[in-house]
Amino acid sequence: MSRVFFLLILREARLLARRPAELANPLVFFAIVIALFPLAVGPETQMLRTLSPGLIWVAALLAVLLSLENLFRSDFEDGSLEQWVVSPHPLTVLVLAKVFAHWLFSGLALVLLSPVLAIMLGLPADRVPILLASLLLGTPILSLLGAVGAALTVGLKRGGILLALLILPLYIPVLILGSGVLQAALQGLPTLGYLLWMASLMMLTITFTPFAIAAGLKISVGE
Amino acid sequence: MTVAFLETVDLTCERDWRVLFAGLNLTVNLGQMLQVSGPNGSGKTSLLRLLSGLMQPTAGEILYQGVELRRQRHTLSQNLLWIGHAAGIKGLLTAEENLAWLTALQHGANAEDIYQALERVGLKGFHDVPCHTLSAGQQRRVGLARLHLPNAPKLWILDEPFTALDKQAVADLERHLAQHCEQGGMVIFTTHHELQHRPSQFTELDLGQRAV
Repeated sequence: MSRVFFLLILREARLLARRPAELANPLVFFAIVIALFPLAVGPETQMLRTLSPGLIWVAALLAVLLSLENLFRSDFEDGSLEQWVVSPHPLTVLVLAKVFAHWLFSGLALVLLSPVLAIMLGLPADRVPILLASLLLGTPILSLLGAVGAALTVGLKRGGILLALLILPLYIPVLILGSGVLQAALQGLPTLGYLLWMASLMMLTITFTPFAIAAGLKISVGE
Repeated sequence: MTVAFLETVDLTCERDWRVLFAGLNLTVNLGQMLQVSGPNGSGKTSLLRLLSGLMQPTAGEILYQGVELRRQRHTLSQNLLWIGHAAGIKGLLTAEENLAWLTALQHGANAEDIYQALERVGLKGFHDVPCHTLSAGQQRRVGLARLHLPNAPKLWILDEPFTALDKQAVADLERHLAQHCEQGGMVIFTTHHELQHRPSQFTELDLGQRAV
């Protein structure tokens, strides 16, 4: 079973390596949104610094959402999902591997890109580890929750808006905690509590969402 | 009385408020080939998807070795090879990579077996070519190469396997399917064309004549 998990990640890596635009799109979106803000609101360091937690988190959230719309699309269209459903391996394991691969190549890249953009917004360099920790804990939650919506809407021709409507309410706790931890760090308040909350949310989503994603895919494939 | 390998009891399929077929009873035993025919939209693909457990029936039930399919999913999936209208071939992956992944989902196969299976379907030398550069017929052959791998499952459910194949490939595939049945396997498939090679246990189900 762990072999299939590994092979699926390898397959996703191959597919992305042969279509690098898909990998770059969310990152470019993330970078552009954050780069445009100082131009629009003016280059006042103090204001940008106060805005930076929310800004980074909203941009990261939208970038993840953008990349999720097509998470299962091509697998649905070329019949791969049918093969997953009829295979003897549990669908939950397969979808967990798929989402993990997606996070590894898009979410993690986002996390690694964020310090550069944060410093551009004037976030003090000693707060960058907190930013990295919050994004590292938060982006897997965003990917997993989004995958539930992607699984349910994959059978629809234009599921993009529906996906956003379904998933955004679920993203709000992560957004509040994620930007909250940075705000607390900027004001010199303790941040451990926020991070522990995010870690527990992450464990919760890793445990439960694969079942929801698998059920959603079975419904979409069975239509 | 022996229990049939696969059996349907009063199977009904409804799509978008239209009944495609109702009260369908059929059995599939070891060594049997079942050809499902009928006009477009008569529910051929739906029947195949029901039998492979991808869809849930509107009414009636499907028995797998005498037990309801839903409770037997795991055992069925170990014995089932399903190739749908879209065969699950990724255009960006090579034929070899595609097959390696599709077999990893089932029993697994080594590189040598995959290479030989590709040779059997006439794709020798194409194993390292991305599938989107292959023609439609060649892509179909990549999917069908799974039928030539050792330790392939017993029950094959194939949706329109002859589409896009040339005459020679059709004849080869017919012979291969018949041979699989003679060796105790089972094949359920849809097609519009007349088979030239039939195994001893051959049945045809015409969904068009059962139309409601």
